[in-house]
Amino acid sequence: MNQATNEPHGQTMGGRTGRLIAYGLIGIIAICLFFAPLLFPDVRSQEVAARICIFIVLVASYDLLIGYTGIVSFAHTMFFGLGAYATAIALKQMGPGWDAVIIGGALGVGISVILAALVGLLSLRVKAIFFAMVTLAAASVMAVLASQFSDFTGGEDGIIYKVPKIFSPATKLLTDENGKVLTIFGVKANGKMAAYYFVFFGSLILYFLMLRIVASPLGTVLEAIRENEMRAEALGYKVVLYRTAIFCIAAAIAACAGILRAVWLKYTGPETTLSFAIMIDILLMVVIGGMGTMTGAIIGATVMSVAQFYLKDLMQLASEATAGIPLVPDLLDPDRWLLWLGLLFILLVYFFPAGIVGTLARKGHHP
Amino acid sequence: MKSLTTLVERLGGINLLPVLLAIIALVLIGSPSTWLTLTIAGLSMGMMIFLMASGLSLVFGLMDVLNFGHSAFISFGAFIAASVLAALAVWVAADSVLLNLLALFAAISAAALFGLVAGWMFERVIIKPVYRDHLRQILITMGALIVAEQIILAIWGGSPVAVPRPNFLSGSLIMGDVTIEIYRLFAFGLGLVTYMALHAVLNRTRVGLLVRAGVENREMVEALGFRIDRLFIGVFAVGSALAAMGGAMWAGYETLITGAIGSEMMIIVFIVIIIGGLGSIEGSLLGALMVGLMGNYVAFLAPKMALASNMILMMAILLWRPYGLRPAVK
Amino acid sequence: MSAPILELDPILELDNVFTDIAQYHILHEVSLHIPEGGVHVLLGRNGAGKTTTLRTIMGLWQAKQGAIRFRGEDITKQHTSDIARKGIAYVPENMGIFGGLTVEENMRLATLDGSFDQDRLQRIYTLFPALEKFWNSSAWSLSGGQKQMLAIARAMIEKRDLILIDEPTKGLAPAIILNMVEAFREIARETTILLVEQNFLFARSLGQTVAVIDDGRIAHSGTMAELVEDVALQTRLLSLSLDAHQ
Repeated sequence: MNQATNEPHGQTMGGRTGRLIAYGLIGIIAICLFFAPLLFPDVRSQEVAARICIFIVLVASYDLLIGYTGIVSFAHTMFFGLGAYATAIALKQMGPGWDAVIIGGALGVGISVILAALVGLLSLRVKAIFFAMVTLAAASVMAVLASQFSDFTGGEDGIIYKVPKIFSPATKLLTDENGKVLTIFGVKANGKMAAYYFVFFGSLILYFLMLRIVASPLGTVLEAIRENEMRAEALGYKVVLYRTAIFCIAAAIAACAGILRAVWLKYTGPETTLSFAIMIDILLMVVIGGMGTMTGAIIGATVMSVAQFYLKDLMQLASEATAGIPLVPDLLDPDRWLLWLGLLFILLVYFFPAGIVGTLARKGHHP
Repeated sequence: MKSLTTLVERLGGINLLPVLLAIIALVLIGSPSTWLTLTIAGLSMGMMIFLMASGLSLVFGLMDVLNFGHSAFISFGAFIAASVLAALAVWVAADSVLLNLLALFAAISAAALFGLVAGWMFERVIIKPVYRDHLRQILITMGALIVAEQIILAIWGGSPVAVPRPNFLSGSLIMGDVTIEIYRLFAFGLGLVTYMALHAVLNRTRVGLLVRAGVENREMVEALGFRIDRLFIGVFAVGSALAAMGGAMWAGYETLITGAIGSEMMIIVFIVIIIGGLGSIEGSLLGALMVGLMGNYVAFLAPKMALASNMILMMAILLWRPYGLRPAVK
Repeated sequence: MSAPILELDPILELDNVFTDIAQYHILHEVSLHIPEGGVHVLLGRNGAGKTTTLRTIMGLWQAKQGAIRFRGEDITKQHTSDIARKGIAYVPENMGIFGGLTVEENMRLATLDGSFDQDRLQRIYTLFPALEKFWNSSAWSLSGGQKQMLAIARAMIEKRDLILIDEPTKGLAPAIILNMVEAFREIARETTILLVEQNFLFARSLGQTVAVIDDGRIAHSGTMAELVEDVALQTRLLSLSLDAHQ
């Protein structure tokens, strides 16, 4: 079970090269994301880039739970959804102003933290597996409630709303001497670009916040709890309280990611926030990237998002190519991409539990 | 007060909770005939859920393994039964009770057999490598669930599949104001028979004795000379077969099934085993009946809160009894 | 280390056994030679490694290094259930009683095929009348002493070659302990007992040989008679654990 105990501590030569590669990758990804509006100006790519930013935050906050503290929770999308829906409903009811974003966002984060505290205190003292089940049940209930109280939430269709004016495409972010919108490398510096950078810098801030948390004394205690709960308890750390604390923190951050999502998409619905598919995405990303590594979140989110893109196209080709054979084209149908991703996920959890970053750095963090 | 407690204990103690629930519901609903219909619906639903949940509970109690992929067996059971019934559509629609029964028997057996075989393979391939690692167990079985659901979608397609109901089981009995669907009585009956069979095996056979002991203390059973891992494979396979049967029964109940049936039931099954306590079929039955009743009563009284009400019930019970109502292991 | 006790082959041998639990090293170079027949004691303080030794013998924990031989056969890497089938019974510290099962069912699990040897059963009833009284009651309703009796009875119901017993007197009243001494003497007539204890007085009344374990290492081994006579040795080895424990 525990591969880590046999691994040599400290960095090996191979480990150092590996980590350099990892940091190199992250550097490239960071640059691409920073310059995304200029490098990939088409709508679809912009959407993918924004999605990557938001998912990096989601996955990193989830890794705080699963990788650093050893808590398995299925309620992450619930908090994501709460942040998004609160912002969305506020924008719809109060009109497209920053006050709506702030009030809605604060409400979303606040409710998330309270819920997290309740669920945490109630169930974090029972077995880990109970906790996982309770979070699963909670997330499902939330999804059902969201689709049922449709006057409020727009039900299955979700709600559309306007966002603050600065993000409107018509807004001129930077202008040239004539007062017309400035184009940088052929791309207009307008509200759309502002929206992207809102998401980008928002995600960046949240990410650095998480790095601080991990490096703080809290982070050390959490790792100690993950390694040996009984010992931590014996040393005087009230494990339940620490777990609840990190659960609340992760919930708050997920809710913030929800705010970003709501503002970016100008639409919030069960599919974009509460669906189980998103939870699965997060799980896949955290496993691919590497559990217990903040950097893994970046790599995992990017790899998965890009792969999903191309995988579906590939599957479409393969499905058409095998048209005559029974069953095979159905298995290769691009709608079935989750099947293959699921298989990949299983294989990864078996053979590469350390994920890309972990394997590269040969840290051998045990899953 | 003391004599009240003893009286309650004598009458069954915790087992009376469903009765209490039913009484409260009667007060809230008012109309006895509606209440009766709902109660029967709740009990029969509870029995089907019991079939789905008992295997998971025993497996977790015995081997500390939580199989998040358990509901895949429910889905497969439902779809396989649907396909068998569709293939035997002539027998299903016939007037002859015998032909109906044969078709029904074929459908349920096919589902159970699938559960048995697939369960055995699932345990060997997916579960065994991660016996002691809870985190990877959860992740891997979750992955298996996703893959299973996608396979079902690939084989049966995404649109809802109609499930033909055997002729002699369709329709309802009407007694005065009360309408009772015959299928529900059948589901209740089958579930009850299964429970009694399980109970007999667990309490009167050597294998059952080993399972009950193993749920309490795995190591000691080994130290007494028994290979508990062989036992486990058997329990896992039977548990999966039961889940498939539950799925088959559910398919007949809903008459229209979609690929989402597994995930829908998964939450309910988890709530049931948490309420009931792990490792005992008595606990699973208790939990299942309560969830079935609660779901039906609330669906009538406050339709939007049906699932949420079960969640609240679970939290309430966890506050009172953190290990569930009748766990085999504390 | 004094001269070996018997010239016959030992029934159980531990040969430089090391056992780890997670990252903690518990047993270091533990070597034991348990002769056949009689009661042999492994004495030591809390946390000295007594339970770990028994669990390693039973295969519940894997020895990292070293060998364990039962009647000459290497059992170091065998399954617990196989080891048990060779004729070794284990009475753990927490007794290992199945609370949800009746006394009868607990006993049945200890038999090979589910049937009881009536003579042996009668002997058990005579030694532990409470078991007969509560035969059909759930085991969790038994008192601590009665549970211990059940645990021992389970080891007696069929003939074993070796019985490993872990601290049977812990938390029990003196009267019950006396009863137990009787039972053990009776059992020891037909089998070998390896008794792990903290309670020196109890061990002294039963044991023929004794090994003292401290901090995972064997600090002494020899006959009980020797240790009883040598008070200085007792003090050195057992320091706090002496007559302080009843």
